[in-house]
This record gives sequence, C-alpha cells and structure tokens, in this order.
Amino acid sequence: MSLLDLTIKELQEKLSNKEITVTELTQACFDRIEETDDQVNAFLTLNKEAALEQAKQLDEEGIDADQFLLFGMPIGIKDNIMTKDLKTTCASEFLSNFEDPLYDATVITKLKNANAINIGKLNMDEFAMGSSTENSAYKKTTNPWNKDYVPGGSSGGSAAAVAAGQVPFALGSDTGGSVRQPASYCGVVGMKPTYGRVSRFGLVAFASSLDQVGPLTRTVEDNARILEVISGVDEMDPTSANIDVPNFQEALTGDIKGLKVAVPKEYLQEGVDEEVANKINQAIDTLKELGAEVDEVSLPHSKYAIATYYMLASSEASANLARFDGIRYGKRAENADNLIELYKQSRSKGFGDEVKRRIMLGTFALSSGYYDAYYKKAQQVRRLITEDFEKVFENYDVIVGPTSPTTAFKIGEQIDDPLTMYANDILTIPVNLAGVPAISIPCGFHSDNDMPIGLQIIGKHFDEGNVYRVAHAYEQQTMHYKQKPAIGGVN
Amino acid sequence: MSKKISTEDVKHVANLARLAITDEEAEKYSEQLSSIINFSEQLSEVDTSNVKPMTHVLDMKNVFREDEPKDWITKEEALKNAPDKADGQFRVPSILE
Repeated sequence: MSLLDLTIKELQEKLSNKEITVTELTQACFDRIEETDDQVNAFLTLNKEAALEQAKQLDEEGIDADQFLLFGMPIGIKDNIMTKDLKTTCASEFLSNFEDPLYDATVITKLKNANAINIGKLNMDEFAMGSSTENSAYKKTTNPWNKDYVPGGSSGGSAAAVAAGQVPFALGSDTGGSVRQPASYCGVVGMKPTYGRVSRFGLVAFASSLDQVGPLTRTVEDNARILEVISGVDEMDPTSANIDVPNFQEALTGDIKGLKVAVPKEYLQEGVDEEVANKINQAIDTLKELGAEVDEVSLPHSKYAIATYYMLASSEASANLARFDGIRYGKRAENADNLIELYKQSRSKGFGDEVKRRIMLGTFALSSGYYDAYYKKAQQVRRLITEDFEKVFENYDVIVGPTSPTTAFKIGEQIDDPLTMYANDILTIPVNLAGVPAISIPCGFHSDNDMPIGLQIIGKHFDEGNVYRVAHAYEQQTMHYKQKPAIGGVN
Repeated sequence: MSKKISTEDVKHVANLARLAITDEEAEKYSEQLSSIINFSEQLSEVDTSNVKPMTHVLDMKNVFREDEPKDWITKEEALKNAPDKADGQFRVPSILE
C-alpha cells in the first residue's frame, strides 16, 4: 500500500502523529511520477524544486494540519490554470515558451493559502478542446487501466495522474464534460461545480459562460474538501457567485433515506452501451436499497445539447482565443512583413487542428447573416434545456445517469471524426449548459474491455451538498475506489 | 450531402479569424465544418418563437466595485514574456503600408 493511496484525513493524521513528513509525501509523488510517467505521460511540467522547498518549510514550521484544510497535500494542476512563475501552456504550441506567467489563478492562491503543494502541470487537449487528450501538442496521455486506451479529455492528464497514483488529487476544468468524462474513463471521482461556485480568474478562457474548475480525486470525501477550499466569490471574477460556501463534508452522512432521485429516460436510451446502462441500473438499485425514492423523468431537449453546445462554445472560443496574437506573449511567427500577416502566421503555426476548427466554426456562427440562425438559435435552445432541468428539480433532489455513453475508446480510434468525438459528451454537456453541478464516480467495469464506467449525479444550482451526499453514500456502499490499476509494477 | 460551407466561405471565415490556411486545409475544413453545420440544422426543428436567448446561467446583473487604484504588474513584468520588445514597449511590424 502506497502513501499516495491514503485519503486527506488519513494523510493528515500521519502528519500530525509525525509518522511521515510533508517532504516524504511530496517526494513520494515525484518518485511515483518518475516510475510511471514514461508510460502514462500525464505531466507536462514538474514543479519539483519549488514543491520540495515548500514541503521543507512546512516541515520546519511544524505540523498544524487542523488549521489548514489541505496542509501538506500534494496536488496536480491542469495546464490551463495559471501558475505564477511556472510554465503554463494549455498543451498548445502557441504557449510553448510561456515560462513566466505573471500571476496565480484564484484557485491556485486558495490552494497555497490552504498549504497544499503544487506538484506540477498536467496534460490536456489543447485549450481544453477535445475528449481524449489526443489534441495535446506535446504528448499522448494513456489510460492507466490500459495503455492502448485514451484517458478521456480534456482533463485527461489530471484523471490519469490520479488513477495512476502519481498524485492523490488534481484540478481540472469542465466546459462540456472535461472533468467528468475523463474521471469516468479513468475510474476516479470528478466534480463540475455549479457555474459561479469557483472563480475562473486565471483559468485560460475557452467558453466563458460554461467553464468551471473542478477537483479530481479518488474519494468523494477528498473531493468535497478540495472544492470547499477553491470555492467562493472573487472580485477578480464578476461571474463568481456571492453565496456562502458550505462545509460540504457535513453532507457526507451516508444517509439518503427519502431523498428523491430522478432518472431521465433519455440518459439510458439507444446510443448508450448496453452494459453501461446495466451498471447504471444496478447503481440505481443500490440507491433504492439505501432508501432513496427513484422515478423515471424526461429531459426532452437533451438530444439538442451537442449542437447547441458546439455553436455556443465555439462562438465563445473564437472570441476568447483572439487574444493569442503573438505580440504580448506566446510564439510569434518570424518574417511576417506586416501586422495582419503576423497575426495569421503566428496563430496558424501555434494552434492545432481542432482549435482552428472550433475558432472557424465559432467565427462562422457569429458572422453577419448567420448569427440569428446559429448563435441566437442555440442560445434559445439552451434556455429550453435549462428549463428541462428546472422542471425536474421542482420535485427531485438529484438526477442520476451515466457520465458517458461508453467506456474509454482506443487511442487513434476517433481522432479523424469530429462529430463522433463530440458525441462522447452528450450526457455531460447539458449540465454545463444549465450551469448545474454534477459529479462522476466509479460504478464498475465493462466486461468487454475491463475499463471503468462512471455514474453521474447532477444537482440543483449550488446544491453540491446533496450531490456529494448521494455520491458518498453510494461509494461507501460499493467501495469501487479500492480497485486500482496495476501500473509500473505497483498496485 | 450539400456543402453548407464552401472552400471560399472557409477562406473568408479564416481571414476573419486571422488564420492563414492552405487550399488543402480549406478543402478539409469545408467538409468538416459543413458536416458540423448540417448536424446543427436539427436546432431549426425546435420551436423557439417565444424563447428569450440565454446568455448567462445565473440571474446576475452588473457587478460593481469601488474604482480604486491597486498595484498589479509592472511594465517590466508585462514585457517579460513578449517575443519582441524595444524601449519598454512591444515591438510589431509596420501597421501602415
């Protein structure tokens, strides 16, 4: 049993009892990364020197684990979250020389204040656009359960690093499923908080009306603790909500008696793998045994979510990525003889295929003559999708279903077909459009390929408490998280 | 399948988005963007005649704060990551012909 298999509570107890030091724990992460990352390829940049220095300081200050929620806890960070003085690339060639970010994202400041230790930056699909992490300009992250399979995306590095036991916790970002889908594919816990719960300041913007930072962990309890640390209103992000952050761990009672659970029939229809559906139905039976009241409901506009999402997210991306001009930072093309050429050459060389595709799709949807037919129409359908959720939540506490219609697919299998790739997100996208919180937790394995399956639990706006409550009760009943992939010769 | 977005459209859009693309890429993007747009035509079957476009999840209005000067980054820091700079400024190629 590795130190890195322990929960935050267990680790902090060992720190308090002086059984281990922060330095030992931090070093254990770097050892495990060295041992396994030539196979997993999860990390883009290691923060080794600074992390060990910080660990030494914490050791010298003495263990005061109770005072800080994440005292001495090692964490990996998706590479689209700004870290002062630590290279931040968004897995893009464009930012391959961005060595000196000038400030920390608010989530990083909050982690630092809680005395967590940043181990390094994690691979992703370039600018978070993708569902397999194959769109990284640098490396192909593999799924720790089977190296022939993708880890999911776009937070594939974050999910794979946690699944491989390189770091016990990581941050990802979720615009259309980018925390939950890789969590599902890698058999870990991933949370997309309510839009506005976590500050987006310093998260490199993809689609500003959808993006949220969220934690990936092995247990629900750890996840709840990290979310509590990174949440809260922030004057640097006017879309962060001025709403109290509850102690989410108080919701982890194991008691879900009488809780009202809705299962949308659209989430178990054709297109969803039969065994995935079976596993979800078993999970629903478990919730019933625990005392939840379960009914079937309908979210009738679900089938329009992908088209709606790709219009809106691409439109927002086309505007957000206009800032990458090769002038203030990032890579600049050489030999451009005027300013327009400089923009064009720098962007064309710096961006990968999927990023260009989405910028062009968004530019098209926003262009004169098409705005009403595509962009505005998608905004209207977005409201209908949101109202579907509101209606169900009038009578129910949570909604459950699969996170993804299938398990992980093989590397290279879908990369040439954008629409097939987009379909992976059909069950996660509606959640971002409606801005509600949702978690993915492991609920078993597929018998065809032995790959993990994820259960998605969706809550009302700012009701992460009940999402965690149900997730924790199910996890403690089934203990799927105890199963770990064999990688690098260590379980 | 009729192509919704011709190679000419792709080149126009690429220019708007400040992307340089080759003829070969224009061909590929024309096909891929057309199939995505064709797929998105399904939205036209939804009746949205009385639906207000949704621009934001939360029911928020303008968020105000006091207009107070604060320390942020220095000029040197702002220039630190610049690919080309001179005399404390970003340097770019000529803008006017």
